[in-house]
Formats: sequence, C-alpha cells, structure tokens
Amino acid sequence: MTALDTFREETRSWLEANCPESMRTPMPEREMPWGGRNATYANPDTKVWMDNMASRGWTAPEWPAEYGGGGLSKEENKVLQQELARIKARPALTSFGLWMLGPALLEFASEEQKKKYLSEIVKGEIRWCQGYSEPGAGSDLAGLQTKCEDKGDHYLVNGQKVWTSYADKCDMIFCLVRTDTTVKHDGISFLLIDMDTDGVEARPIKLISGASPFCETFLTDVKVPKENLVGELNKGWTIAKRLLEHERSMISGMGMGAGAASMGGMETVAKENFGTDGEKIADSSIRQAIADHKMDQQAFGLTLKRSSEEAKSGQGMGAASAMFKYYGTEVNKRRFELLLDVLGTQALGWEGEGFESKELAVTRSWLRSKGNSIEGGTSEVQLNVIAKRVLGLPDA
Amino acid sequence: MALVLTEEQTMLRDMAKDFFTEQVPVTNLRKLRDDEDELGYDKAVWAQIVELGFAGILIPEEHGGTGFGPMGLGIVMTEAGRTLAASPLYSTAVLGAGLILAAGSEAQKTELLPKIASGDLLTALALEETTHHNPANVAMTAEKSGDGFKLTGEKRFVIDGHIADTLIVVARTDGAAGEAQGLSMFLVDAKAKGVTVTRTHMVDSRNAAMVALDGVEVSADAALGSIGGAFAELENVLDLGRACLAAEMLGGAEAVFDTTLEYLKERKQFGVIIGTFQALKHRAAEMFCEVEICRSVVLEALSALEERRNDVPRVTSLAKARLGEAARLITNEGVQMHGGIGMTDDVDMGLYLKRARVQAQMLGDSNFHRARYADLGGY
Repeated sequence: MTALDTFREETRSWLEANCPESMRTPMPEREMPWGGRNATYANPDTKVWMDNMASRGWTAPEWPAEYGGGGLSKEENKVLQQELARIKARPALTSFGLWMLGPALLEFASEEQKKKYLSEIVKGEIRWCQGYSEPGAGSDLAGLQTKCEDKGDHYLVNGQKVWTSYADKCDMIFCLVRTDTTVKHDGISFLLIDMDTDGVEARPIKLISGASPFCETFLTDVKVPKENLVGELNKGWTIAKRLLEHERSMISGMGMGAGAASMGGMETVAKENFGTDGEKIADSSIRQAIADHKMDQQAFGLTLKRSSEEAKSGQGMGAASAMFKYYGTEVNKRRFELLLDVLGTQALGWEGEGFESKELAVTRSWLRSKGNSIEGGTSEVQLNVIAKRVLGLPDA
Repeated sequence: MALVLTEEQTMLRDMAKDFFTEQVPVTNLRKLRDDEDELGYDKAVWAQIVELGFAGILIPEEHGGTGFGPMGLGIVMTEAGRTLAASPLYSTAVLGAGLILAAGSEAQKTELLPKIASGDLLTALALEETTHHNPANVAMTAEKSGDGFKLTGEKRFVIDGHIADTLIVVARTDGAAGEAQGLSMFLVDAKAKGVTVTRTHMVDSRNAAMVALDGVEVSADAALGSIGGAFAELENVLDLGRACLAAEMLGGAEAVFDTTLEYLKERKQFGVIIGTFQALKHRAAEMFCEVEICRSVVLEALSALEERRNDVPRVTSLAKARLGEAARLITNEGVQMHGGIGMTDDVDMGLYLKRARVQAQMLGDSNFHRARYADLGGY
C-alpha cells in the first residue's frame, strides 16, 4: 500500500466520523458557511463541520501547517477532495479569505501578518470582504481615489468603496488605497481595515435580482494601525493584480453547476414544454439552441481540462487560461437566457404562488448572471487583457 | 494526459510542420491551380509524404505502415492544413486505410495496406449522392449478378475521385435511400468497364469528381466488409475522417489567425498601427478564444478515437461542428481585417476562405453535426 493509499484510508474514516449527516445533503443558500465574528448558524451542524475541518487545517488543505493550513501536497489534496465528493460533503467554509486574500497574503505578507490572518481565515473566525472598486474607478481600477495619509503612528483613510461583497456582514476589508497622488499605478497600497473601526459604514445595494450581495462602503477619517499595510508602500498594485487572477478564476468556475443545476437538465424541461417527436424535442429551433449551448459548455470544459493538463505536464498555465473569465461568464449568461426560452412564463415569476422554488431560482440566477461579465473585470477588459498580454497588440 | 501531446507526438508534429512549411508552402497549391495541373496534386510532394511515413501513418507496422494511430494522423493533417497542402492524404491515408483496416478481410488488408503505405495505391470514397452529407441517403444499387454484384448509380463530391486507382463505393444491396440497413461497400477499379469519372473543378482548387457507374460488374471478393451492414463500419471511419478534417481545418484557422494578427501589427492607417484600434483588438481576442476552443475539441476527438472510447461519435460531431463555425468566422475576419487586399488573389486569405467552406461540407456541415450531437444526447 502506498503512502497515498494509507492517506486515503485514514481520510475516509476520519470524514466518516467527523462529517455530520446533514452536511452530506445539498446546501441551501442560507446555510452557506461564511464564518466570521457575527456568524449565525441556521443549522448548528454547519459550525461543527467547519470546526472539525479547521482543526486539521483542511479548510485550506494546501496552505502550510505553520499558518493553520493542512500542509497537504497537491496529490493528498486531490485525494481529500475525492473523498469529500464521495460522501457529497458540503464545503466546510466558503470565504473570500480562502479564495482571494489568503493566496495573496502567502505571497506578499510579512511573517507576523501570515501567522495572524491566515490562521483566522482557516478557522473561519474572520469574514473578509474586498475593497477595490470605487464610484469613479470600475474598469479603470487603478484610477482609485480613496486617500490614505501617513499620520505618524497610524494611517488615516478617507474615501468610498463600492461593490464590496457582503461588507455589511464582514469583519475585515482588504482595501486598495491611494498613498501617492502624483502617480497612478505606483501610488497604490494594500491595506487591511477592521470594519468595526470608527468611520466605517457599509450600506447594502439592492440588485435587479432583488438580492443585496454588494455594498457601498464609506470610509470617513478611519484610523488604521501601520502594521496593517501589506507589502511595501505604493507597491499595492502588484498584489491587486495577483489577487484579481484568483478572483477571475473563482468567477469563471462559478458558471458550471450553480443555480439552475437543479433544473434537472434543460433538455428534459424542453421535452415537457414543447413535446417530443420520437426522442427529439419537437421544437427544432429550441433543440438546436440547446445542442449549441451544450457543445459550447463541453468545448469550454475541455479547454479548462487541457489548460490544467498543460500545467501538470510542466508547460505552465497555457495561453488558454487568459480566456477563462471572459468565456466562462459569457457561456453562463447564454445558459440562463436559453433557460428562460425553455421555461417560458415559468421563468418569469418573482415570488409566491404559481412557481416552483427551482423556477424562481432560475429567474433570480438569470438576473444575477448579468453581473458575471462585469465583476472582477468586465468582458471588455478581459478582451483588452488578451489583446495586450497574449496577442501583443499595441496600446493606442 | 489526453489533451497534451506526448514527446513522441511533439516530435512528429515538429517534423510535419517543418516539412509542410518548407516543402509544401501555399505557393505549391497556387502553382497546381495556375498550371491547371491535370492531377491536381504534386507527385514529387506525395513521394516525400510517403517517404516520411505519413501515407501509412494509420497502418500497423505488420502491413508496412508506421502505426502512429489517429492522434498521429490528426497531427499531420493539422500541419498539412496550415499550408493548404494538396495531396491524397485525406482520401487515401485517412479514409482508404481507415476503411480497409476497419472492414477489410485479412486478404484485402495484406494486399492493399502495404500499397497504400508505399504510395502505390490511391483510393477515393464514393459515398455522397445529394447536396448534403447523409451517409444513409444512398440510392446507388448493387444487384446480385452471378457470384458477384452489378453496381448502378451516380456519386458526387468524390474527393480525389479522378486520381484514385480504386474507388470505395457505397451501394445499396437492400432497402431504400434513407435507411441505414442494406448498405454495402465495394472496391471498384477506377478503370473498370462502365465507370465514368468526371473531374469537378471546385472553388478550393482541390480534387473532386462525379462518378457514374453503369452496370459495373464486381466479383464477390470486391465486397469490403459485410453485405448489408456497412453503415456501422462506415460510420466509425467517417468519424475518423471528420476528426481529421477538423484537425486540418484547425491548421488553416491557425494560419489565418497568425497571419491576420501580424497584419494588424504592421498595417498603418490614420497614422497609427491598426492593431491599436479596440474594434479590431476585441475581435482578434475573440478569434484567439475560438482557436483555443478549437484546439481542445480537436485533441479530444483524436484522443477518443485513439482510445477507442464510446463517445467517439459525440466528440467528433462536437469537433466538426465547432471547426465549421470557427473556420467560417476566422476566414471571414481574415479577409475583412486585411481590407482591400484581403479581396485580392495575391493574398492567401481567399485561398483559406475557399478551402474552409469545402472542408465544412465534407462529411457533414455544422448543422448536420449539431443535429447529430442532439440525437446522441437523446433530445
């Protein structure tokens, strides 16, 4: 038996003993395990499962053990993920700390910062949000104006952030702030701010889907300890860009699966709604549109797979990875438009009687999907990035 | 790892790329066209292709081939597609060798495969009878006649029909046009009595022909594969053909994209490089995405064939449908982005544009394969 087999066996029996039964069922959105100081748990098992996994560092399996991570190798983590999938376990922790900030801290933070913040993230103790965009700095992110002044023993921050995900529920925010107004990219710093500090106010923004996952965050004379600066002063843009890569890969992966997965396959619904001609969906244009979409999805999935195989075979991330955010989100948007066509009036309910919950979920997810090609860099920005960095087309 | 090339496959690709780039550039096709060459391919080039082992790439070593399999064949087709190389590779090394390997008797394999590998036998598949690919839609009849069969009917769009020594003819021994049952394949000598082959001059300057069979007598041992059950044997090799066409189309699309991208970096208007215009940048980036998607689906189709997976029909239809659409987009954009000179015969864009449309129709266009993909998905 190889060491990996032993690891699999141990992992399997540990999960068997430590993953509560209710954590092996599909997860309703209100039971998402975001963690944080003010977390409430609709299902107490959520907290048990999070703590059990965190005790082994398995909420962040590949982070070094000295920072609270699992210290697993890639191969071991793959085994862990397979075993989690085998028992259909829910994620133990969903967190921007895990997906976005953590990887950036591992690369750029000081030893003290890593020790403190990473272990908090692993345990789900602190819920993080991202303070990047501003009312005047969307696609042109580096045009951000939130002012950060050196006041000797602390920084003083004034400005406004927008599209801060769940800021009203978060404990800390990682922010891009302007520390030099005479230059653009080289005047930006990366700062960590406690949301409980005086002068920080988060107001939820209501979206077309009816949900309010984003906030406006106002920063008024906020005093921030100097040790909360990550990396060097005025070198924040490098960190920001790296973090955006993590964010883009997170968003491009969101497309497959989520939301309408519960519709049981749109071809099945189409057969019910349009009738059949033998095995075929009777409406040929809907049938073609579904086939087109499924081909798009399969082709995109194959491209993700090819890129990961290229990476494993030591060819580095292939050029194909540049297109993932753009292509994945566009395919996802088309998927929801097609679902609307397939469901007809049943996809047009807002709430209440007459609609199944999964139908209402499609409507809301369709509206939410419009944001996929805007957040984390618009599709247009992604095309600019491909044109410049991959194709080498010159700037104007 | 199915979607990345092995070291051996990478060497094959590099060898093929060097060969086609240096020995068979696009000027080779232009010369054949402008000289109104009777053969429509260059015998010296074919001899070199044979010498490199590409003609027998699918054929096992015991029958005189190099046994590289579908992936190797697809890699060579991509490189051939990049320079629009005109040769009997598709008709003979893909379809001819493929059909004889899949359906041939031991005697047929022993006799014919070494001749294909050595370049001494050229074949052509005589399948299509209508304006659109539909392998079941065969009306040509094969009646029992003594110990053998008598073939009557007309075929069109027979690729390399006028240069083939042996025609592989799909005819009906039973049933009616449109039915999968009752199809049979026969090896017919192109010079046999009652065979009339008429070359058709196609828009891509490559070879195709109409083939009329007027009571052509063939012996029983001319049958390739089972009598009445050819459809299944044929479909599998058609999938090989589709994947190889997709691979060839990928080479063409890559060449057009690369050339167009270079042009965007050189051409100046309004005092600036036109590649600085966002209207063009975004379209170039979209094409890049398409090319990347195309690479993935072609590799997947070839891998499925290589591994004899049961999703071969599905992924070859995916590849052929996608490449049909992508090659249309990219060749159209190639012409458009070159502006006025894109319309001239001096620039190669038009040659790629024409070739892409012919390739798209061969063995099923995107509509055909989209419908097949849906059928296979059970909807």
